[in-house]
Amino acid sequence: MADRPVPIVEKRLMDVKLGELGTWIGGRDFTPNGIIASIRRGHDRYYNKYINVKKGGIGGVAMLLAGYIAISYLWEYDHIKHDRWRKYH
Amino acid sequence: MLSRLVFVSGNALKSSGSFGAGLVQASRSLQTSSQSLAPVPPLPEKGGKTRHGIIPEELFQLLYPKTGVTGPYMLGTGLLVYLLSKEIYVINHETFVAASIGAVFIYGIKKFGPQVAAFADKLNEEKVAKAQEVKDLAVSNLTQAIEDEKKEQWRAEGRSMLFDAKRNNVAMLLETNYRERLHMVTNEVKRRLDYQMPSRTCTVAWSRSTWSTGSRRASSAASHLSRRRPVLPSASQT
Repeated sequence: MADRPVPIVEKRLMDVKLGELGTWIGGRDFTPNGIIASIRRGHDRYYNKYINVKKGGIGGVAMLLAGYIAISYLWEYDHIKHDRWRKYH
Repeated sequence: MLSRLVFVSGNALKSSGSFGAGLVQASRSLQTSSQSLAPVPPLPEKGGKTRHGIIPEELFQLLYPKTGVTGPYMLGTGLLVYLLSKEIYVINHETFVAASIGAVFIYGIKKFGPQVAAFADKLNEEKVAKAQEVKDLAVSNLTQAIEDEKKEQWRAEGRSMLFDAKRNNVAMLLETNYRERLHMVTNEVKRRLDYQMPSRTCTVAWSRSTWSTGSRRASSAASHLSRRRPVLPSASQT
């Protein structure tokens, strides 16, 4: 898999080695345009993989719902903390 | 299966120009900067695989070389036990609500999933069939137009033959006319000569039958010029 050398910043996250992680994060585009572009890319990848198919399954929507449940639990954690059964864990 | 309905309604959303529509069209314009994506490639048949509906299959594939088949399940169990014991996930009244809702949800999906999927597939097929029909109609119309055009071109080639025939007709008319006039001329000339012959012979016979003097000859020539009923030469053959 040794094709022509690609600059570190343009590699996908899973191809970046651990030592290069700092350079990679430093080189990413954190301007508002860049953030919106990254959100758009992420949305497109998810959409084209799970929803924009001929015979989609439950997974596409179910994963979104599960993610929504998880995030809303996280946001409510400070309130839920008071329902704990034990004080020390 | 639900995502099939989402897809069916997603098409409606696309045409209504909502935020998702803008993203899809923007992504299409980003992807099709090169000219190589026409015609648009067909949609993939099945989406990404998920295990138990919410965990993507890639996680299982990722962990398989190191931990085998049970690896992700062990990971899940360990995570669950950790969350419960540290009470990061707190068991309260909401847990029971979530459990009952989850049970109803899973029961509904297991029972009615295939039917909803078949319904959504039928809707999709109808749409595709309609579009295909329109396309076939257009194709047949265009092939018919091509046939007609070829026929017209063949007809236009025959025009030169038509002009040749017309030219031949005109030439024949001219020829006929010319021959008619030629016959008329011949007939007229023959008629006049036919008049001259008997009139000459009769004047010769008449002049033989009279005393031949110069003046008489001259006067006979003059009288020959005036109109006299000619005597037939057979009557004067003595």
